[in-house]
Amino acid sequence: MTGPRGKAGTTLPLRKARDLSTVKLTDIEKRFGDYVAVHRMSLEMPEGGFVTLLGPSGCGKTTTLRMIAGLLDPTAGEIQIDGKRVNDVPIHKRNLGLVFQNYALFPHKTVADNIAFGLKYRGVGKSETAQKVKDALELVQLPHVAERYPRELSGGQQQRIALARSIVIEPDVLLLDEPLSALDANLREDMRVELKRIQERIGVTTVFVTHDQSEALAMSDQIVVMSAGRVEQMGAPQDVYNTPGSEFVARFLGASNIVEARCTARDETSIVLEAPDLGRIVIPADRGPQVNGTGPVKLVLRAEKLALSEDKPSDGVISHSARVETVDYQGQAARYFIRLGELQLQAINMIDTHPHGEGSEVSASFRPSDCTVLPA
Amino acid sequence: MNRGMGWSLIRFWTFLVYIFMFLPVAVVVLLSFNASEFGAFPMSGLSFRWFVELARNEAILRAFQTSMILGALTALISTTIGVLASLALIRYKVPGQNLISTILIAPILVPEVVLAVALLLFLNALSINKSFALLLAGHVIFTLPFVILVVQARLVSIRRDVEEAAMSLGASPIQTFFSITLPLLLPAVLAGGLFAFTISFDDITGTLFWKPGGVETVPTQIFAMLRNSISPEINALGTVMIALTVGLPLLGLAIARRMSANSGG
Ligand SMILES: Nc1ncnc2c1ncn2[C@@H]1O[C@H](COP(=O)(O)OP(=O)(O)O)[C@@H](O)[C@H]1O
Ligand SMILES: [Mg+2]
Repeated sequence: MTGPRGKAGTTLPLRKARDLSTVKLTDIEKRFGDYVAVHRMSLEMPEGGFVTLLGPSGCGKTTTLRMIAGLLDPTAGEIQIDGKRVNDVPIHKRNLGLVFQNYALFPHKTVADNIAFGLKYRGVGKSETAQKVKDALELVQLPHVAERYPRELSGGQQQRIALARSIVIEPDVLLLDEPLSALDANLREDMRVELKRIQERIGVTTVFVTHDQSEALAMSDQIVVMSAGRVEQMGAPQDVYNTPGSEFVARFLGASNIVEARCTARDETSIVLEAPDLGRIVIPADRGPQVNGTGPVKLVLRAEKLALSEDKPSDGVISHSARVETVDYQGQAARYFIRLGELQLQAINMIDTHPHGEGSEVSASFRPSDCTVLPA
Repeated sequence: MNRGMGWSLIRFWTFLVYIFMFLPVAVVVLLSFNASEFGAFPMSGLSFRWFVELARNEAILRAFQTSMILGALTALISTTIGVLASLALIRYKVPGQNLISTILIAPILVPEVVLAVALLLFLNALSINKSFALLLAGHVIFTLPFVILVVQARLVSIRRDVEEAAMSLGASPIQTFFSITLPLLLPAVLAGGLFAFTISFDDITGTLFWKPGGVETVPTQIFAMLRNSISPEINALGTVMIALTVGLPLLGLAIARRMSANSGG
């Protein structure tokens, strides 16, 4: 078999060998009757990027994805793929890869025929189709299942075939709606790595939908946190995680302590807070970009940034004595619920040898630069 | 009376009911192989002569042909309309969905005589004459609910996202229907078609009302022949009818089961 094969020995174009597409949403809105599922949403997804729509169930992730796919018409706004308006382009002309939670393989076709399905509509010849199917199966590491029927495969294998079927057509954009949610926990983590590897290899612009924050943090270049049909925050995983832009994001991603405080002064370089039981805290100004005047604010401190220790704390940290009330032992780490004056806080710390015991007195310390300040 | 006794009685009654239902059928089948001129016991020998006579009887052959054509057309039209109606009702939001659904299913619930008379009166009011087309229309109305029920049941089990996946891969809605939906629906379409054929082939009440003069189907032909005498030919014809109306649905079910096993449900 000879054919146009790249260096990597595959007919599928890899990252460098292809034109990458952008997706742009401008003020899109979706109403179902009176109910607004997506509010005036604007987003720009970079070419070749892996963008995740993350949010709790019912926040409008699927609705947004289906509008990009062309399965739903937006009530208002514009959708562009590669700079071209696609609002009026039907789904079968958008050249998209679509992967669903329940695989959606064609039950009456073999694996090979499933993968070849989209090639039929692209005028790909017989021998080229066979080669592409073979390459796609190799890419998802299932070279020997071509002649089987979907029902003869495990869930994880079926999802790999669904992925192979959607990327073999060289889509401009790959859309995935909770593709790992139907899999067992262990398999899910393996598939997460696998999916990311494949996406990086072929470099297709990808929009991924999930309600699982660890999937989002592990896989994405950009996370779009959504709540009730609106974008709460968009940014790189570390930025969204470390600098939550709203109380919703702080609570939804990881475990956070949120303390009511007062801003007593603010200048170019710092924000001065007065918080009950924590006293006066001076925080770098870039940790509270949304705070512009004095008054009530919210202080956000991630649970893993609150360090508990029996020794004296080091310099440059704020430290208070506290008492451990409950210990949730997790093996390599533990989650502690502590009482610090009137405040109840949580801390997630790695365990050296033994966790702190319940009822023990500890010093709880944190760096001001690990805090985030949000308007109240 | 103790429990064991009660159950024995119930079993006995059930047995009697079955005998009552099936004995006449068995008698007809048995007598159709009787060598004697008279359709009665005792049988004087085993013979296929009545089946041969049957094959020579012009009137019966014509009736048989009419029934086959009528049944086949009914099945064809019923399944086509049935599939389209099911798609409209399940896949698309059609205004007045519930009403349409009820109207389409209603002929099952209405006694056949009422339906037959109603259609006839309706056509009289429009001063349309009886014709083969009218007979066919009657049979379609009468068999449609069965087809719709079978096809709808299957259609709800075909996941929408499978069709959406096909469209995302480049298939237009029509290509998606023919390459994905219809093949997955095929067991139900075949089963529905066979049901429609069997019901049409078997029908007498509606047919008596609707058929134009001079046209006979197998059941109306039997009915007409019975008015003169009970010929052993009728027994043979009955046996053929039983074989067809029992055999076809069984065959249909077997095929449907086989195909749905292959397509994974
Ligand atoms: N076809 C529809 N008709 C009416 N409401 C819908 C429809 N599809 C989704 N919704 C509503 O829109 C909201 C967002 O749904 P969805 O996008 O599926 O959420 P997510 O995928 O984030 O869980 C939900 O409240 C849901 O009930
Ligand atoms: Mg969803």
